[in-house]
Amino acid sequence: MQERLEKVLGEYGRSPADLIPILQHVQDEFGYLPQETMDGIAAHAGVPKSKVYGVATFYTMFRFEPLGRNHVCVCRGTACHVRGADQILEHVQRHLGIEEGETTEDGEFSLETVACIGCCALAPVMTVNQEVHGRLKPKTATRTLKKYATADKEEGQ
Amino acid sequence: MEKITVTLNGKKVKAEKGMTILEIAEQQGIRLPTLCHSEVLEPTAACRMCVVEVEGARALVPACVNQAGDGMKIKTHSDKVVRARRVFLELLWSAHPNDCTVCEKSGACDLQEYSYEYGVDVSKYQDKYQYTVDGSNPYYVRDYNKCILCGKCIRACDEIQGNNVLDFANRGFDAMVSTPFKLPLEESNCVFCGNCVALCPTGALMEKERYGKGREWEFERTHTTCPYCGCGCTFDLCVKDNKIVKADSTDFKNNPVNKTALCVKGRFGLGFVHSEDRLDYPLMLKVPREERTYTLKDYKKVSWKKALDYVAERLSQIKSEHGPGALGGFSSARTTNEENYVFQKFVRAVLGTNNVDHCARLCHSSTVAGLAKAFGSGAMTNSIGELKDCDCILVTGSNTTATHPIISLEIKKAVRNNNCKLIVVEPRNIDLCAISTLALHQRPGTDVAWLNGMMNVIIAEGLQNQEFIDERCEGYEELKKTVAAYTPEKVEEITGIPADSLREAARIYATSEKSSLIYSMGITQHTSGTDNVLSTANLAMLCGQIGRPSTGVNPLRGQNNVQGACDLGALPNVYSGYQPVTNPDIQKKFEEAWGVPLDPNIGLTVTLMIEAASEGKLKGLYIMGENPMVTDPDLNHAEEALKKLDFLVVQDIFPTETAVLADVILPGVSFAEKTGTFTNTERRVQLVRQAIEPEGQRKQDYAIICEVAKRMGYKMRYSSQEAIMREIAALTPSYGGITYKRIAETGGLAWPCPDKKHPGTPYLHKDKFARGKGLFSAVDYRDPAEMTDDEYPVILTTGRILEHYHSGSMSRRSRPLDEHVPSGWVEISPKLAAELGVADGEMVNVASRRGAITTKARVTDKVINNIVFIPFHFAEAAANRLTNGALDPVARIPEYKVCAVKISKNGG
Repeated sequence: MQERLEKVLGEYGRSPADLIPILQHVQDEFGYLPQETMDGIAAHAGVPKSKVYGVATFYTMFRFEPLGRNHVCVCRGTACHVRGADQILEHVQRHLGIEEGETTEDGEFSLETVACIGCCALAPVMTVNQEVHGRLKPKTATRTLKKYATADKEEGQ
Repeated sequence: MEKITVTLNGKKVKAEKGMTILEIAEQQGIRLPTLCHSEVLEPTAACRMCVVEVEGARALVPACVNQAGDGMKIKTHSDKVVRARRVFLELLWSAHPNDCTVCEKSGACDLQEYSYEYGVDVSKYQDKYQYTVDGSNPYYVRDYNKCILCGKCIRACDEIQGNNVLDFANRGFDAMVSTPFKLPLEESNCVFCGNCVALCPTGALMEKERYGKGREWEFERTHTTCPYCGCGCTFDLCVKDNKIVKADSTDFKNNPVNKTALCVKGRFGLGFVHSEDRLDYPLMLKVPREERTYTLKDYKKVSWKKALDYVAERLSQIKSEHGPGALGGFSSARTTNEENYVFQKFVRAVLGTNNVDHCARLCHSSTVAGLAKAFGSGAMTNSIGELKDCDCILVTGSNTTATHPIISLEIKKAVRNNNCKLIVVEPRNIDLCAISTLALHQRPGTDVAWLNGMMNVIIAEGLQNQEFIDERCEGYEELKKTVAAYTPEKVEEITGIPADSLREAARIYATSEKSSLIYSMGITQHTSGTDNVLSTANLAMLCGQIGRPSTGVNPLRGQNNVQGACDLGALPNVYSGYQPVTNPDIQKKFEEAWGVPLDPNIGLTVTLMIEAASEGKLKGLYIMGENPMVTDPDLNHAEEALKKLDFLVVQDIFPTETAVLADVILPGVSFAEKTGTFTNTERRVQLVRQAIEPEGQRKQDYAIICEVAKRMGYKMRYSSQEAIMREIAALTPSYGGITYKRIAETGGLAWPCPDKKHPGTPYLHKDKFARGKGLFSAVDYRDPAEMTDDEYPVILTTGRILEHYHSGSMSRRSRPLDEHVPSGWVEISPKLAAELGVADGEMVNVASRRGAITTKARVTDKVINNIVFIPFHFAEAAANRLTNGALDPVARIPEYKVCAVKISKNGG
């Protein structure tokens, strides 16, 4: 891991201004921000580790856990909100047994919420692996998720 | 300074250009509310409470970050402003628990105070945090439900301590102060200085020990000086019902050395004052000497009269039977200047001998000897406050962050804000190495070699300050000849420091405008201690890095008043103010003042008194406030010697390892129970003020000595410690101008302060050295007294840690410190651990030629190769069972820092 990190860090300058591009690149490299990379990033950018953690937790795009195989984003934008995004989210959470920002134990699903994905006409909306699913109802939302679980398993077999 | 005029609430006022609106308001006596602002931190304008209305400005303006412009019209309490402040408070209230009735901070809480002032009781907004209260560390509680996100703790950790443990994490309503990955503080690099606690405006961060002990408005506050190290921090002791509730450093203007900063010991380590172990009444041995168990069980409680009569009788008897030379006294670097003066006066005038010394013998006697020879004065040449302006700081033999935490903050400040180059020369990989420009690791005991090596480079490259040498020093040619042999390559062989690194260090030190050299026990505690000190002086003089602000040779003195104990003559060769006992004029002066004939011969040092006791020549010993049974080298030998005495009296606040060897134990009082003065490492004389009444039958230490003196036929009576200071000032030129009144007015005076008009001397040797010309002393490297061999292949070095102090008699009796670090260890490098097959946390035996201990292995890269380190605070695994009693030939300081040991697996 340290070798891969060094390689990424080598492409950037050593100033605090480089911190966010570094974090983005490290996340691209590993799929998430491994805790073990924090010291190296902090030292390279010349900022305290607490600052790196602060920045990484400020922006929702950064995560400290690997994503699940399926990446679910429930939209909580205005249009989705008035069309019942809350219930969709609640059902998805109950179905997967995780809260937003978490990943299921088997690594199948990660759940996040987003502010708007620009498909307001289809509200309420969620995306799974960049595919948009619109006009959701609690039941259709969970049915969609089941499909992904099954599809993956079949593919895997 | 350019002046401007502003209109403040309709009134024209003058101010200096560059002042913020907040500063101008304060100058005019208008208090603006602030939650995130502190004068000891950089302003950030996070809380918006200080907003004011400025005519012509688009919006309300935060006063803390905006400089006033000429002609500016400012309203500080207009309707608009007050309305805005009320909204800010309501927003803060919305998330804050409404629990002032039970909150410890109540009465000192800024949020509470402003809510009262602005009439905010309930909030329109309702959304409470649901954080778990974190009481996992021994020192303070973190309740982020009460946090208003002002960021003061984050900035304190950053700007004052420089550790950056904390920052904001998350955002929006979820934003909170956090360590990386929300790890517990004990797993972070937090040093528990508690500066965040001191600055927190609400009850989010609270000292654990204070819970349930009273409300803020009930405390009596007494401003006094910390009893731990030589930094000389000051704080207010908050007392209720004669019990210390907390140390409070928030009144920073009264704390010249430390401002709001304190270290973990000063802030959280004062519980020892109320320890159940405190001695409450005089004790006398009740069993025959041969049946002693060396515990308190051997003693019975007696009246003061009986104890004092007995002490006086036995000391008088020894004096008449064996002569004054059979008696001696150990004074104490923990007690006040006044008590040290009285003690040495007692030994000299009443016992009739110069056999008086104290633990400075074991820490900086080589400094006193070496610097007095080189400069004419054996003390830190410059002041602590000057460090932040240095261009180069060379730290050697000092783990400053652990031993002088507040001084380390000034070093960090210099590196951070002044681009100062820090050179660390240390056998261990100490914390300061992380921020150093150069970290050099010498083999323990090879200091003369690398110092000579640096001078070799400087002279070879022509970097010396020839003008300074020619005008102000003597003995240069001799030095030049000697150091010529110490080429960097030769030095590398002796010390292990790479030749090129040494060259670079030499160049940085010599060519920086203002270079300061800081050292401590790593230089002094060697058989070559005096030579080491002379070498540091040589280096500073060679480069002219002395006699100016932010330069100098700065030995950091260990104990709160070790400087003062030396200054006041608790040394066998000098009276107070370093006036030699061998000078007939001085002797006459003191004979006249004290009304008795005095001994013109230099007395025995601590180390030589132990020797004399072991040989049966010293029969009676009076020990005040010292614990040689943990702190002396080669303890087995010291123990034997002390047991051999005919009569030992120990005056202390605890039944220490030494006290239980005594015939009589007398209960003195702690710093909190007395008034007097301490002199810190920068020679600043500061007041210690009594905060609580002594409990039990404890007596003032000076009064005990006077009572014994009286019973031995010498009248010694003082109405107070202040009266003693008047006598000191009259007899001691360097303390001549020091009075309690002046100290209180100035916040401390640095000696020399010869008369009542003298402002004190922050840095020494300005235009000429105290001795006239600075004296170069050519010294050659000698090997340490004990080298490694096949049987004892490992080098042991010893020292202190941040959380404990010396023999631990105070720090180990303070709950949070003891809970945090309950026992000792030996630091072993990963390389050595692998060779020995020792795992981290495993118990190991460490043995030297003098003794053996069992302790826990801590495998860490703080130590290098075959060097191991043991903190010496822990009596049950006392490092000093192992150390070498070999002495420096001049200063008689033992070689604590180097001895040869072997390590084996416990039971293996």
